[in-house]
Amino acid sequence: MNLYGIRAIYKFEMARMKRTVMQSVLSPVISTCLYFVVFGSAIGSRMGDIDNISYGAYIIPGLVMLSLLMQSISNASFGIYMPKFSGTIYEVLSAPVSYVEVVIGYVGAAATKSVILGLIILATAKLFVDYTVLHPFWMLSFLVLTSITFSLFGFIIGIWADGFEKLQIVPMMIVTPLVFLGGTFYSIDMLPEIWQTISLFNPVVYLISGFRWAFYGVSDVHVGISVGMTMVFLALCMTAVWWIFKTGYRLRS
Amino acid sequence: MQPDISVRHLNKTYGDGFQALKDINLEIERGEIFALLGPNGAGKTTLISIICGIVNLSSGEVKAAGYDIVKDYRKARETIGLVPQELNTDSFETVWDAVSFSRGLFGKAPNPDHIEKTLKALSLWDKRNNRIMSLSGGMKRRVMIAKALSHEPQILFLDEPTAGVDVELRRDMWEMVRKLRESGVTIILTTHYIEEAEEMADRIGVIRQGEIILVEDKAQLMTKLGKKELRLQLQQKLEQVPGELTLEPVELANDGWELIFTFDSQQEQAGVARLLRTLGDLGIEYRDLQTRESSLEEIFVGLVHE
Repeated sequence: MNLYGIRAIYKFEMARMKRTVMQSVLSPVISTCLYFVVFGSAIGSRMGDIDNISYGAYIIPGLVMLSLLMQSISNASFGIYMPKFSGTIYEVLSAPVSYVEVVIGYVGAAATKSVILGLIILATAKLFVDYTVLHPFWMLSFLVLTSITFSLFGFIIGIWADGFEKLQIVPMMIVTPLVFLGGTFYSIDMLPEIWQTISLFNPVVYLISGFRWAFYGVSDVHVGISVGMTMVFLALCMTAVWWIFKTGYRLRS
Repeated sequence: MQPDISVRHLNKTYGDGFQALKDINLEIERGEIFALLGPNGAGKTTLISIICGIVNLSSGEVKAAGYDIVKDYRKARETIGLVPQELNTDSFETVWDAVSFSRGLFGKAPNPDHIEKTLKALSLWDKRNNRIMSLSGGMKRRVMIAKALSHEPQILFLDEPTAGVDVELRRDMWEMVRKLRESGVTIILTTHYIEEAEEMADRIGVIRQGEIILVEDKAQLMTKLGKKELRLQLQQKLEQVPGELTLEPVELANDGWELIFTFDSQQEQAGVARLLRTLGDLGIEYRDLQTRESSLEEIFVGLVHE
C-alpha cells in the first residue's frame, strides 16, 4: 500500500481547509448557530416539547446533520473536482496509487473536516441550547459514518460534475430539501399517515432519527434500521466509486 | 540489456471511434534522449499519456523499466516522471509544498535534501516559499519539472517542455536535460521545436496520423535523409539552365544570377566535382559559393508531408 501517497493527498486536502477556514468552518458554524438562535432560543421557547424534549434541543441533531451532509458533499466534491478543473489530476492518475488509496486520501480528508465541523457546531450549540448526549459512542459513530458516506457521495458528484453549477445542484436541489423534509424540525409522527409513509422513502429520515436517538434515546424509526440504511447507502456509494475507477468514467479516457 | 520503454502493437481508439494510435512498436534504451516528433494531433501526447497511465490503452503491451504498465502499474509508474504540456499547477500551494506533495504521491519517504537539491538545480530555491500563482510562466515550467523529478524517476517524459519559454530558459533546460542523461535518466521528449531535437536527441521518432513512420539515430537520419545545397553567385546572368546541366538537380534563382545545386549529403563529393567541372567546361564563372546542409526541420517537414 502506498501510505506516503495517501498521506500526501490527505495532507494536501487538509491544508486546503486551513487556507479556507472562513469558508470551510466559520461560515457553516455561523449559519447553523443562526438556526439555534432563531428556532432554538427565540421561536423554540414558545413551542411545546416533542417527545418530552424542548424544541431547541430537539432540532440540534437534525441541524448538525444538515451541516454534516452539506459539508461532506461540498468538501469531497470540490476536492476531486478542482484537480480535474485545473488539470492537476494528471499527477494523481500517473502516480503509483490505487483507486482505494486515492479514495482514502480524498474522502478521508473530507470526512475529517466534516467531523471536526460537526463537533465545533455541537460545542457552539451548548452556548444557546441545553442538550444531553445519552449515547456518546453512537453519537460519534453516526457522526463519523455519515461523514464518510456523504463524503463518498460528494466524491462521486465531483467526478460526475463537468462544471461548477453541477457541483451545487445535488446539495442544493436534492440534499437540502431531503434534510428539511427528513425530520430536522419535527418528528415524522406529527405528519398525516400518508406523509409518514412517503417520508420513509427519504434516506435522511434514518440518519436524523438514528442521530437523535444517540442524543435523547427517542427516534422515528428503530436505531438498527437507521444504522442499516446508512450502511446500505455507504455500500451503494462504494460500488459507484469502484465502477468509476474500473471504467475510468470522466477520469481516464 | 532490456529497454527502458517497450511498446508492442499498441492501439488506442477513443470512445468516439477516433483511432489515435495504430499498431505502435517502439523501444527506448536506458539513458538515451529520444525525441518524438509529429504534427499536431499525430498521437504524441496520447502515446505518452498511455505509458504514464493517464489514458487507457485499447490493445497491445507497454512496459516501463521492464514492468507492465497495467499488471505492474505501481512499479512501472514509480519509475516515471512526467512534465505535461500544459502548465497545470496548484496555484495556492508554495513551491516547496507542491514538490513535496509529488514526492509523497509517488510513494517516496520525505527527503528535504533531495527537494532542496532539485530546487537549487532549477534555480527555484529562492522561490521555495512563494505561492505558485505568483511565479512567471517560465518559473511555473521549472516547478513542473521539479515535481516530475521529486521522486527520482528513472524515465522522464517531457511533453513540449519549452513551449512558451524564453530562449535563456530553453538553453538552461537543455543543459539540465543533458545533466539528467549523464546521471542515467532516460528522457523522452516531444517538441515542436525541431531545433530542440536536433540539439539534444540521440534518436528521433516521427509519428504521423497515429503511426510511427520512422525511428532513427539522429546523426544517421541527418545523413540519410539530409540534403545539401550548393549556391553559386554567377559573374554573368543566365537566362536558363544550360542543356549540359539539365540532368542535374540544378535550378536558377535570383533572376538568373544564382545557381542552386541540391544533392544528397552521402554523395556530395562526386556531385559537386562533376558540377564544377561542367561549369568550367561551359565557361560559366562564379564570384562566390556557399554550401548549406538541410536542417532536421526540413527533413521532418518532408517526412510528414510524404
